[in-house]
Amino acid sequence: MALAGRRDAPEPPDFGILKRLARDQLVYLLEQLPGKKDLFIEADLMSPLDRIANVSILKQHDVDKLYKVETRPGPGASDQFCFLVRPRVRTMRFIADVTCDEWSFYLLPLDEDIISMELPEFFRDYFLEGDHRWINPVARALQLLNSLYGPFGKSYGIGRCAKMSYELWRDLEEESDTEGQGRKPEIGHVFLMDRDTDYVTALCSQVVYEGLVDDTFRIKCGSVDFGPDVTSSDKSIKVLLNSQDKVFSQIRNEHFSSVFGFLSQKSRNLQAQYDRRRGMDIKQMKDFVSQELKGLKQEHRLLSLHIGACESIMKKKTKQDFQETIKAEHSLLEGFDIRESTSFIEEHIDRQVSPVESLRLMCLLSITENGLVPKDYRSLKTQYLQSYGPEHLLTFHNLKRIGLLTEQAAGETLTAVESKVSKLVTDRAAGKITDAFNSLARKSNFRAISKKLGLIPRLDGEYDLKMPRDMAYVFGGAYVPLSCKIIEQVLERRGWQGLEEVVRLLNGNEFCVSDSAVEDNPAWECQRVILAVFLGGCTFSEIAALRFLGKERGCKFIFLTTAITNSARMMEAMIEAKA
Amino acid sequence: QTGYTEPWLELYSMEWGLREDLRDCVVAAAPYGGPIALLRNSRRDKTPSARPLLEIYSASGLLLASVPWKSGQLVHLGWTAGEDLLCIQEDGTVLVYNLFCEFKRHFSMGNEVLQNHVLEAQVFHTEFGTGVAILTGALRFSLATNIDDLKLRRLPEVPGLQKPPPCWTVLAQDRVTMVLLAMGQELFLLDNTSCSVLVRHFGNLGWACAVSAVTTVPWGEKFCEFNTGIRSPPKQMVWCTRPRSRQRAVVLAWERQLMVVGNSSESIRFVLDEDSYLVPELDGVRILSRSSHEFLHEIPEASQEIFRIASMAPGALLLEAQKEYEKESQKADEYLREIREQQLLPEAVGQCIEAAGYEHEPDTQKSLLRAASFGKCFLDKFPPEGFVRMCQDLRVLNAIRDYQIGIPLTFTQYKQLTIEVLLDRLVLRRLYPLAIRICEFLRLPEMQGVSRILAHWACYKVQQKDKSDEEVAQAINQKLGDTAGISYSDIATRAYDCGRAELAIKLLEYEPRSGEQVPLLLKMKRSKLALGKAIESGDTDLVYTVVLHLKNELNRGSFFMTLQNQPVALSLYRQFCRHQERETLKDLYNQDDNHQELGNLHVLGGYCQRRIEGRVAALQNALDEFYKAKNDFAAKATEEQIKLLRLQRHLQEELDKPYLDLSLHDTVATLILDGHHKRAEQLYRDFRIPDKRYWWLKINALATRGDWEEMEKFSKSKKSPIGYLPFVEVAVKHHNRYEAKKYAPRVPPEQRVKAFVLVGDLEQAAEAAIERKNEAEMSLVLSRCSPGTDGALAERLNRARAQLLKK
Repeated sequence: MALAGRRDAPEPPDFGILKRLARDQLVYLLEQLPGKKDLFIEADLMSPLDRIANVSILKQHDVDKLYKVETRPGPGASDQFCFLVRPRVRTMRFIADVTCDEWSFYLLPLDEDIISMELPEFFRDYFLEGDHRWINPVARALQLLNSLYGPFGKSYGIGRCAKMSYELWRDLEEESDTEGQGRKPEIGHVFLMDRDTDYVTALCSQVVYEGLVDDTFRIKCGSVDFGPDVTSSDKSIKVLLNSQDKVFSQIRNEHFSSVFGFLSQKSRNLQAQYDRRRGMDIKQMKDFVSQELKGLKQEHRLLSLHIGACESIMKKKTKQDFQETIKAEHSLLEGFDIRESTSFIEEHIDRQVSPVESLRLMCLLSITENGLVPKDYRSLKTQYLQSYGPEHLLTFHNLKRIGLLTEQAAGETLTAVESKVSKLVTDRAAGKITDAFNSLARKSNFRAISKKLGLIPRLDGEYDLKMPRDMAYVFGGAYVPLSCKIIEQVLERRGWQGLEEVVRLLNGNEFCVSDSAVEDNPAWECQRVILAVFLGGCTFSEIAALRFLGKERGCKFIFLTTAITNSARMMEAMIEAKA
Repeated sequence: QTGYTEPWLELYSMEWGLREDLRDCVVAAAPYGGPIALLRNSRRDKTPSARPLLEIYSASGLLLASVPWKSGQLVHLGWTAGEDLLCIQEDGTVLVYNLFCEFKRHFSMGNEVLQNHVLEAQVFHTEFGTGVAILTGALRFSLATNIDDLKLRRLPEVPGLQKPPPCWTVLAQDRVTMVLLAMGQELFLLDNTSCSVLVRHFGNLGWACAVSAVTTVPWGEKFCEFNTGIRSPPKQMVWCTRPRSRQRAVVLAWERQLMVVGNSSESIRFVLDEDSYLVPELDGVRILSRSSHEFLHEIPEASQEIFRIASMAPGALLLEAQKEYEKESQKADEYLREIREQQLLPEAVGQCIEAAGYEHEPDTQKSLLRAASFGKCFLDKFPPEGFVRMCQDLRVLNAIRDYQIGIPLTFTQYKQLTIEVLLDRLVLRRLYPLAIRICEFLRLPEMQGVSRILAHWACYKVQQKDKSDEEVAQAINQKLGDTAGISYSDIATRAYDCGRAELAIKLLEYEPRSGEQVPLLLKMKRSKLALGKAIESGDTDLVYTVVLHLKNELNRGSFFMTLQNQPVALSLYRQFCRHQERETLKDLYNQDDNHQELGNLHVLGGYCQRRIEGRVAALQNALDEFYKAKNDFAAKATEEQIKLLRLQRHLQEELDKPYLDLSLHDTVATLILDGHHKRAEQLYRDFRIPDKRYWWLKINALATRGDWEEMEKFSKSKKSPIGYLPFVEVAVKHHNRYEAKKYAPRVPPEQRVKAFVLVGDLEQAAEAAIERKNEAEMSLVLSRCSPGTDGALAERLNRARAQLLKK
């Protein structure tokens, strides 16, 4: 279905080398400690470690037993302990009297186009606590990628953290003095973006398959545990979700509504292939069994798993009035029926549907409306505290600080003109007019940005989700993700020219730097390979949207993120757990 | 006269104006053409008034530095591998000087040596570094294998030793150091534990032993025996052997005589005009006297081949050919043809190149290289590297052999020493321009070459106290600019170590990597500046380091003040406190009257309390802070929570059931679940729970409890603020269709179809849908119709829909 003149997207570079580098370094570190040793690992490093070096590799290098770092070694422990931890105050308390070596493991390739730094706490640490601890690893990650796949010709970015990371990275490059040696780069451009540039997209319910699976089952380090309700057996199955999975790779970026159709078509095809056996003679049958059957069986297994997952998602989503929620979300995005949405959220809270979900909707309301009107701000919070517990007072404090749930400052709501108007009209009418003005006159940056960039597609007729027109398909055709739109616009314009107003609304901190030392050869494939860096996490919806954009424009996006995120993870990062 | 070479090589004529005989001085010359240290008159003249002079000369006899010797009685001088001078005193103190007579440090060889005094001493070199061996007045040996990692060892007593042995030396083999000594007619080997006889009946001359660094002769085996025929013992005896040579020779020196003895029965004798001093080298012996400095060595094979009289070796022929060629004689062709007929031209070229390396005379070097170059013309694909390399090496060697520089390295020594060490030695002699020119000439990478030397120069420069800080800093920056690999912080550290803090700070300004500036700034107690730099570097570990440093250095108040001005550091410190020191966090917030955060901390602390009283107290504190912060909402919410807590305590006591940790909603729900409707009602009023919430909450709880009667009663108590669909939904959720049906008719028309579908009454649903003429609703009902049982109904719906569409 490629359009005439549309170029195929280039292949992504080989990121397997990142894994090999990390593994070699780990092995080197283990060998620095000759003899039998027990390895203590921080819980959240377990999965990444598993992707880098499995148990047998560890055993080969004299690792005797594996423990979580919190546990005490049992009897019969080795006399050497090796700890693998992130530099955090709370874990270092478990450990004393050690010599430290750094395992410079920054990058875990989750898929052929996704690299994760597996730093979920980046979001809270940086955006809430103002902790700059993780900027250094980001800069080092960029340095490593630049040295392996660069030199990057052009760097774009927006956000304070993006800027700092970029600058630190440049400093590191200057200090290291390693030259590109005129190597032909594999990645041409890099785009850095802070998560706080676009909270809206991350707060939306995801409806592309991969995003839904993440929202529903939580994808961890590129794999998911499908429970008994999916596997229709009594055990859970761990499934790696990536482009290697022939079934998954075809549906991951699809809107959920098309997935069922696709899966049933697929199963019919599969059945047909099985059915070919009927007319076969013995030799053909032999070939079939030896060559095709295994592949078919594998595909069959995956197919039934994904069908199971779909069913399970459907079950869960209908229970929670998924459609209603989506509808409310769309209204919030479009800025219509705010009152109604507010009531919807209120009911959501009153019914104790889910603390995380309620919070998410409140934040979405606040961020799209540039803050809640004082009355709602107070009442929704009160309701929330009553439903989910008083300790969330601290959660609200966090949300306010990070700017996800705020109150419109008094006085901001009325411009001079409006107050004049309200003086002319009497009480009730005035109230209504002010309400109406409220939604317009607020410094509602999202609304203004949305208008400037055309994030809400005008609807003429039904949006065909099977044949998407634009990136809005990842949200059912209702909204083009802001983050992705910015990237699209900047790449198209080769800079920020013409986006001055948007930049102002986004609070600036944009940059666009060409490395003059790098040869700019438009014929090179790398010119069409872009590293999109998300500081504070990116969602599968954004990944799907940019993959779509890449296909449209004949370019390839590589994702580097501090972690894969979604609305629930973001909310949980803000929730102040009971100590 | 070219065409002839001899084993004696005049290196320099010494113009050091030495009036004394060498035998009247304590002398030490460092190997590899190193400097010469001299202390005149030390032993003879014991009058305390005459202070002897310690002098250091280059190998060419130029005075590098001198200093009056003020310390104790000097016994021995020796050089370390790094060209530091070791002065061993009678009391066992060893003073270390650099080659500019600047005192560096001193160490002692121990109490035993102190008490019994040093009788004799030797400095030796092993793979571990430079060592010192002492023979004390008590005739015991003490040694330290590495003076940089001083571990003193006292060797066992030598049985029967009554007087100092006529000669002894230190041997290092297989990482063990031992002393070899002669006593009477026997040769002894003294190691850590014992003293064993190595050779008996050593002959009646047992007085000299020479040991080469690499002992290739098996232990205890006699390598050769030679009768010198001289009664007096030689003054010195050293090996004179070229590496990889089959010949092995020893040079012995008497007052006026030199003898070379090898493994043949012959010996060569030379008459000495002056008293001389032997310096063993890797490939020969340097012979030092008052007026001259010579080098005695075995002529290398390549040179012999070429310069032997009437030699027909390919190299010799090639040299001839080239000479004839220059004379434009046709003999050139004859010689050349002779070599080429034997197909030895590559060898000939190789020989000439190699021999050039052994020559000290530039003219001879040139003619050999010219010959090689000439020969190369007749060869295809002769690799040029060897020739080029040799030209370069010779330029370097000629430059450093110059009288002014005075490092008479041979090619062999130079290769063994390596260019890096040679550069180090030039730097030690402060010959920075020459070192830099060599680096540039050899095109060494900047990091190992020019940058490193400039850095050394700068470190020397900062010690020049006659120049102002400003001048020095500028001079350094002018020369160094931003040369790659220069660490301004290292130079600054040196400046600081020399007591020039201001200069250090000026130099740090030039350091582009802010992180590098931090350690020195901390050392200089400029912690606040260090903090700024650490933040600039983006390395948070470094920021932590400085913050914790500041914490110890400053009092609490100014520590906090400092942090207030540095938000990055402040937030890092807060993170640290959050995990490690909550109390400090409170102080931090107190300092800048951040009542909001203080309130939050109290709330957080409150939830750690298991007892209600504790929690209430904490919340009470929080409440005060929230009021101060003018955060009415938080204050109100906290007040409510205190109220709830008190009530929960009451409920717990009364109903004997845990209520703590429940939200208001859950508290009320639990009460209803347990049938305490009155109390629930009370809470609903007391806490002004919104109607909608209360209704949702109550019907859910009642349904869970299965109290359908109460639910019905409740539904009729007043008009439901949430409508009646929720009643239907809740009942269906609890699988009670019967109850659900009761409420369906009360659902308003716009939701009624949904309600009937929920309870499974498709008839009524269809009815309602048709009545409302709503196509979507009809479709909804239709989708629920099963073809078997609801055929008629489906037909009716289809008809109604068709009719609707017709309009």
